[in-house]
Amino acid sequence: MTTDKRHIISILVENEFGSLSRIAGLFSARGYNIHCLSVAPTSDDSISRMTLVTYCNEAKASQLMKQLDKLVDVINVKDLTDETHIEREMLLLKVKSTLKQRDELKRLTDIFRARIIDVTDTTYTIELTGPSEKILAFIDSLGKIKIIEQVRSGALGISRGSESLEIKK
Amino acid sequence: MKLSGSEIIIESLKKEGVEYIFGYPGGAVLHIYDALFAAEKIKHVLVRHEQGATHAADGYARACNKPGVVLVTSGPGITNCVTGIATAHMDSIPMIVISGQVSRQYVGSDAFQEADATGITRPICKHNFLINDRESIAETFRKAFIIATTGRPGPVIIDIPKDLTDPKVKINFEYKKNIKIRSYNIKKLESDEKIKDAAKLICSAKKPMIYAGGGVILGKASNELVKLTKHLNFPITNTLMGLGAYPSSDKQFLGMLGMHGTYEANMAMHDCDVLLAIGARFDDRVTGDTNQFCPKAKIIHIDIDPSSISKIIEVDHSLIGDTKQILKKLLDHTKYFKKDINKDALSKWWRKINSWQKKKCLSYKKSTKVIKPQSVIETLHKITKGKSFVTSDVGQHQMWVAQYYKFDKPNRWINSGGLGTMGFGLPAAIGAQLAYPREQVLCVTGEASILMCIQELSTCLQYGLPIKIITLNNRYMGMVRQWQEFFYEGRYAMSYMDAIPNFAQLAESFGHIGMVIDKPKDLEKDLTHALSHKNRLVFVDVITDETENVYPMIMSGKGHHEMHLAPSANEDIELA
Repeated sequence: MTTDKRHIISILVENEFGSLSRIAGLFSARGYNIHCLSVAPTSDDSISRMTLVTYCNEAKASQLMKQLDKLVDVINVKDLTDETHIEREMLLLKVKSTLKQRDELKRLTDIFRARIIDVTDTTYTIELTGPSEKILAFIDSLGKIKIIEQVRSGALGISRGSESLEIKK
Repeated sequence: MKLSGSEIIIESLKKEGVEYIFGYPGGAVLHIYDALFAAEKIKHVLVRHEQGATHAADGYARACNKPGVVLVTSGPGITNCVTGIATAHMDSIPMIVISGQVSRQYVGSDAFQEADATGITRPICKHNFLINDRESIAETFRKAFIIATTGRPGPVIIDIPKDLTDPKVKINFEYKKNIKIRSYNIKKLESDEKIKDAAKLICSAKKPMIYAGGGVILGKASNELVKLTKHLNFPITNTLMGLGAYPSSDKQFLGMLGMHGTYEANMAMHDCDVLLAIGARFDDRVTGDTNQFCPKAKIIHIDIDPSSISKIIEVDHSLIGDTKQILKKLLDHTKYFKKDINKDALSKWWRKINSWQKKKCLSYKKSTKVIKPQSVIETLHKITKGKSFVTSDVGQHQMWVAQYYKFDKPNRWINSGGLGTMGFGLPAAIGAQLAYPREQVLCVTGEASILMCIQELSTCLQYGLPIKIITLNNRYMGMVRQWQEFFYEGRYAMSYMDAIPNFAQLAESFGHIGMVIDKPKDLEKDLTHALSHKNRLVFVDVITDETENVYPMIMSGKGHHEMHLAPSANEDIELA
């Protein structure tokens, strides 16, 4: 039995009633976890694209790809993990920002190329985009600064180069 | 042509060549029933419980390889179908279930008889649809039939809100046969090169074994399987679902394999060096301990479903696609490589197999005092010359039919293999009998199973179905009792049937003939008499030995070579 590994999977699916629950249901019925999942329509609004991250061993990953492909609504599916690909995730973070902390926060957002997008007397709201590790590193760097709320989009993935996820199965 | 939604449904079913609908009316489908009332070509079979409708449609599909069609109302109508849909799904049976839904304006409001049909059935079907507009009814039906019957078949549910079936609103109807579902593509045929490689590997075997399952029957590939097996002179075993795909009476057939398979089939699995798996899915009841499964073998797997490949057992060579086409090509290629077969090794292998066969693992202690359940099946086989359609429920009786009713043809053995649904047998027999009105249809069952769908006796009367029900009545849930004897030190928790009805009288009250057989000497005579009633359903309650167990048996978690044989079988060997 090989060990669990992070898999990032792209799925093109008919933008139809029930498609999302079919995919989510497959994961729960077959004992897979969904670490994160993002869904939105594509330029063809009859098709949605999902990016999904799960942790499993190689045998389970290969079985998962086949099971996803078998779903009638799924147009195409691809495991991006082992090919060169780009991943991005977005973070929206609301932190406590007292006068004392403001300089430090500003410095950190600059270092991580994040942006402060909303300000109140006591809080900053920060936007950051990047690979998941960068998001985590940023959150770690905040140290004692109090996080009031955090929202993450989950990873989005796309192949590098001219490779693409085709509509034709 | 302008038609209402209901009329479109009926016309679509006609275009698909549907002969029977198994159903039960209710509020949300009354418009459809009204349209069905006027339809002449389609016959409706009124069941007594929606579960019966799904099993009957399933039995029909298994008997004649055509999709079974079910029509039920919303809410309890569709929830009662859940077991039947899951049963069909586990065994890949093509089925269309049409369920009414509350009108669109009430969907989501917890209306009377509202249930989320697509939500409930999603994990237990191949696909499902909730129709949202009248214009897509015809196309959805066509899609449903394509999905249900192609690739690895399965049940498809169409949920349709009542307002879309309103007889007053009519739209243009056109039924396009050729439609493309862009997200649904079936791989047609494996490359010639891969098939050739498989043929080469098969012919290099010294101890070959063929393991064929229900996929051969679903793929109508029985003839091709027989040709290939004969051509190679290799031993073959069938799974529970595959019985009949290869003639059981043939000398190359080693019997069923798995938990209650024969000694020779399981030992050959354990010792073989090349295994050809065809339309089988390495179910846990077949493999036993997966770590000890065919430890010496290179495995070739032919299957139409890519997700079956290396799901349970890692295989060395896979051929994905239509079983029939692949077997044909494989036969052609093996003709080329046949010269490579090591004939001496093969005869040595056959001698080994013959020595295993000498164990006579299916022998059992005969009795003149109590009726042995195995002898009932053997007697049925004798009387019917092995030609009947036989449905069963689930448990000991199911295994005994599988072991002792030697099926020679596909589609004759109809049982719930994957889900193991008690209550399946009688309604499935209804479907089989309607598919083949002139053939003998037996439902072999147990006194526990039959009670789970007993209400369908009423359906049988209404449609004059001359099914013969044979109950192996041992006053226990036999298989549960057997496991309690082996694994729970004989604590028979709740497996004893304490208040069993008088089945003969029960059958009579439904307007059928009821009989009891309780003496071994009467068995053949009375069964022959029961089966001679051409136009009546006969319920034969056979009182059998309550202590009998199903052997051989591989205990859970054990390998094929660690089988337990019947105590009496061992004695026979000593006597011989």
